[in-house]
Order: sequence, then C-alpha cells, then structure tokens
Amino acid sequence: MSDIQLWTLIFAIITFSVYIYIAYASRVSDTSGFYVAGGGIPAPANGAAIAADWMSAASFISLAGIVGLAYNGYAGGVFLMGWTGGYVLLALLLAPYLRKFGKYTLPDFVGDRYNETARFVAVLAAIVVSFVYVAGQMAGVGLVFTRFLNVGTTTGVIIGMAIVFFYAVLGGMKGITWTQVAQYSVLIVAYLIPAVAVSAKVTGVPLPQIGFGKILEELNGLQADFGLAEYSGAFTQISMPNMVLITAALMFGTAGLPHVIVRFYTAKSVRAARYSALWAIFFIALLYTTAPSVAAFTKLQIMKDLNGTTLADAPGWFNTWSDVGLITTASGAPVSELGSSSFGYTDVMINNDIIVLASPEIGGLPAPIVGLVAAGALAAALSTASGLLLVISSSVANDVYYKKINPQASESQQLMVGRIAMACAILVAGYLGINPPGFVAQVVALAFGLAAASFFPILVLGIFWKKTTAAGAATGMIVGLSLTFAYMLWTLPIYGGSEGLFSIPPTGIGTIGMLVNFAVTIAVSQFTKKPSQQMQDLVEEIRYPGRTSLVAQHQAGDL
Amino acid sequence: MDDASRQAYWRSNLRLMAVLLTIWALVSFGAGIVFVEPLNEIVIAGFPLGFWFSQQGSIITFVVLIAVYVWRMDKLDAEYGVDEYEQEVHHP
Repeated sequence: MSDIQLWTLIFAIITFSVYIYIAYASRVSDTSGFYVAGGGIPAPANGAAIAADWMSAASFISLAGIVGLAYNGYAGGVFLMGWTGGYVLLALLLAPYLRKFGKYTLPDFVGDRYNETARFVAVLAAIVVSFVYVAGQMAGVGLVFTRFLNVGTTTGVIIGMAIVFFYAVLGGMKGITWTQVAQYSVLIVAYLIPAVAVSAKVTGVPLPQIGFGKILEELNGLQADFGLAEYSGAFTQISMPNMVLITAALMFGTAGLPHVIVRFYTAKSVRAARYSALWAIFFIALLYTTAPSVAAFTKLQIMKDLNGTTLADAPGWFNTWSDVGLITTASGAPVSELGSSSFGYTDVMINNDIIVLASPEIGGLPAPIVGLVAAGALAAALSTASGLLLVISSSVANDVYYKKINPQASESQQLMVGRIAMACAILVAGYLGINPPGFVAQVVALAFGLAAASFFPILVLGIFWKKTTAAGAATGMIVGLSLTFAYMLWTLPIYGGSEGLFSIPPTGIGTIGMLVNFAVTIAVSQFTKKPSQQMQDLVEEIRYPGRTSLVAQHQAGDL
Repeated sequence: MDDASRQAYWRSNLRLMAVLLTIWALVSFGAGIVFVEPLNEIVIAGFPLGFWFSQQGSIITFVVLIAVYVWRMDKLDAEYGVDEYEQEVHHP
C-alpha cells in the first residue's frame, strides 16, 4: 500500500466514523424531524448544510477542470456566476416566504397554493431531477474509491450506499443536516489547503484569489505558445448572447431546484431563513472563488510539465492518471501510442475530473494532503446524495402516500413509508452509480434549464401576484417545461443534433422557457377563475414575518 | 399590523429588492458579460477587470447583496414591530 493510499484510508475512516456518530446522536422519531429537522436548525449550521448539499461531487471534483480545461478560463464564468447568482434570487424572492408558508416540501407549496394537478407535476419533476442528480454523486464516490483505494467501482459505491443508508434512514433531515455540517467542514478544508499551499509556493501569496492575478500573464503567454486562445479573453468559446442565456438558466434553475428550496423549511424562523441564505452563499463563495484559482494554477503547472516532454520523463501524476485512462492522446487513444516522441499539452486530452484530485500531486504536495482531498471529494458526493435522497423520500411519503393514498396515516406509518422510500431510493441510486446510463452527464447540466422553465416562474408569481390562478400556473409550467424539453431533444447531439434556432445551445434554452412560462401564466391567469379570497389573504399574510392567524390555521391543517 | 402599515412595509421591501436585484444584474450580466471587453482594458493586480468580475467579482458581490438584504430587513422588521418571529410552526 502506497503512502497516498494509506492516508486516504486513514482520512476516509476518520470522517466516516464522525458521520456515523453524528447520525446516531441525532436520530429522530417523528415526521417533522424526519422531513425538516423539526424546523429547528440554527442559521449558520443550516447555511453550511445548504452549502454541502448544493456543492456536489461535480462542484468539488469537476468545477476547476471545467473552468480551466474545457471552457478555457473566461467562458467557465457561466458556471461560476450561474451556480452562485441563484442564491440572490432565492434569498430575496423565495426563502423567507416559503419558510413563512411552512409545510414540508416544494410540491406542498405548489399543491396548497394552486391545485392537485400542479402538485402532481411538481412531485414528478422533483423526483426525476433528484434521481438524475444522485446517480452522478454515486458515480463520483466510485471514482474516488477506484483511484485512491484501488477497490472496484462496485465496492466503492456499495460502501458509500451503506454510509448514506445508515444516517439518512435513521436520522432523516435532522441526521442529514448535522452530518452535512461536518461534511462541509471536511470538504472546504480539503479544498482550501492545497489551493493555499500551491499559491504560496508559486507566487508567495497565500491567498489563491490574489495569487491568481500574478500568474495570469504567464498563463496567457503559455496559452499563446500552444496556439490556444487567451485564458482571460472574452467570447473565445461562447458568444455574448449565449453567455447570458446559459448563466441565466443556471441562476434561475438554482432558485427552482427542489432539494435547495426545501432547506429553507428547516430554518427556525423567517429571519433564520434569510440568515441561512446568507451563510449558504458565504460558504459556497469560499469554494467558488477558490475554484478559478485552482483551475489557473493547475493548468499553468500542467502546461509547464507537458512542454516537449517524452513518456519516459513525464511527471509522476501523468503516469498515475494515464494508467486509469483519464489522460489519453488528443484523439482518445492510450498515451502509449505517443511512443518515444516528445509531446506537449495540446497533444493529450486530460479529463476535467482529475484537476482537483490531482492538483496536490501536480503541485508537489505531500501524501497526507492528497488523502485529505480524497476525503473531501467523498464528503461532497455523500452530502449531496443524502439531500437528494431526502427529497425523493419525502415526495413519496408526504406528497404521494400521505396526501393521496392514505390521508389517515399515523405519524409512525408515515415515518415508516418515508424510511422504506429512502431505502429503495438508495438502492436505485447505487444501481445508477454502478451502471451510469450514458445520458446522465448531459441531463445533469440540463436539469437546471428544466427547473428554471418549470418551477421558478410559478413560485415567484405565486408569492408576488395574488391573482395567479391554478390554471395559469399549470399551463405555464406545462408549456415552459415541454418547450424546453423538446428543444433539448431537438438539439442534443445524442438525440436530434440539430443546430437549433439562432444557435441557442440546449443549456441556454431554459431561460427562454422560463420567460415563456411567465408570459403564459400571466396571460392565462387573466381569463381563468381567480383564487379564493381566503387563498389571496393567505398569500398576503406570508409577506409579513410576524405571527399571523391565517398562516397559523393553515399550518395546523384547518384550511 | 393595520392595513396602512402593512402596505408601507411591503412597499419598502419591494423597493429594497428592486435596488439589490438591479445591482445583481448589472454586476453579473453587465460587468461580467455584456461590458466585459471595455472593462478588460483596465487591469488591476494582474486581473483584466471584466474577467475578474466573471470569475470572482460577481460572486463576492452576491455575498454582499444578501448581507445587505438581511441587515435591512432586520431593521425594517424592528421598525414595524414584526420581529417576533414564528418558531416551530410545523405540524404538531
């Protein structure tokens, strides 16, 4: 066993034991604890949990690689801005009001505010989006185990499933939230330490956000030597209108994702919901402002390392990752085909996913840090997976079983159904992680567009415009969703592969779908039956944080 | 709260939101994308300014915007006496 494997194992065992201990200490026995942690999580902890829930294996493992390699710097800004800007919308437009409204899930709000058709569409969308996501997380767990511990993907995924099973089934939202707080701490430390170390080593400035500026000129110079477009140059990969469309789709999609929205129900009060959003964006910004620095530093080092080198004297990290097939020749063949000729950065293809995992090795940092990064990646994947699994479980147990099948169900019956749904969801997620369907990666990026085109408009209008009708919302949601979905099918390479209209990419169409949804909902609401006076008064009341009678009656289920 | 002060509270809230969301759009879509080329002419601490906004500046601005929102809403709540927040409002 190598040093790196030993340290990875040590960190994995320590962190997993902590998660299991927390889960045992915060086990729950009622539905309120299971779904929303009894609505009793303090804001900083809730913020950390939101951040861990939000930052998936993709953020931790792939983001820096996507920004630095696949999108060549500037164009990667669509992800950096898109995946953070949505929190401003959440904080200002949704979080405080949804918290005042109470209840357990996103479909709860949609169903109570509008009607049962709308609730049904919301349940379906929430479950589909969550499964697509969770498959990616389990695959991430598999990747880390394969690379760092030399066990098969299947074993890796099964270990991950067992851990999640233990704390999610036992502790529900309460167990998940407190575990996520621990997982956030692990993942942010694992992300920042190598970034700070590399920045200090290369530039003498320990703050990677500042050190980044010092290497930009050198990086642009090297890019030019390799015949690549300037790293900081605008619109070398994506045109201006498409930058706007894609960024907007990711922002509005973030504000419409069920597993993010539900987190604001776990806050103690309306005020705590606002503070949760603040803590969440702060914790997320720590990683998201570091990621572009990691991208630049690592790319610079890779270009220096791979500049007229040969296989015989290639650096160690190059061999480690080409052995597992994550570095290939530019045409996708094994690197052995390069023979004894010298090659450079542009002659090989480096997988986006290895930038962060390999950055300590590339930067020449010691083995314990490499092990820590592996533990961080596992924390990121497990925390997001558990949050998504809870959405699936609560949608089945609360929105389908309790609201539709058996409204007389007792607390313990509901809890049992929730736990069984959770266990089944974990099994399905594990299966998807071991045998990922080819379209998962594509669909994850598109899930944001679908969320933007379906949920965001009807949530905002439902709060800010009392006269939004059920028929308007249902029509808007269906038109926005089907338009976006149809365009994606038409333009995605694996299905239609068409050029599309005005060269709008499938990742950006969600913005158009959202605007159409707004227009349709408003138009149809003009001609259809207005919501009852009582509902209009209720919507009025959720705008004020203090104690109000209608909301209290609604919480108690008397309305 | 009576109807008049409710309306005043809501109007203040909407005004605050409008200001913050305008800044949100100007910084991300404006400085980070639409006006990125002229801004890139300005270089500070090694960063072309437009590039910096798209990679880091907009994210820092988002944190500040939410902080200002939280702070102003706390003041507004206190002013209108609605700072007695509901706790534990879920099903019994």
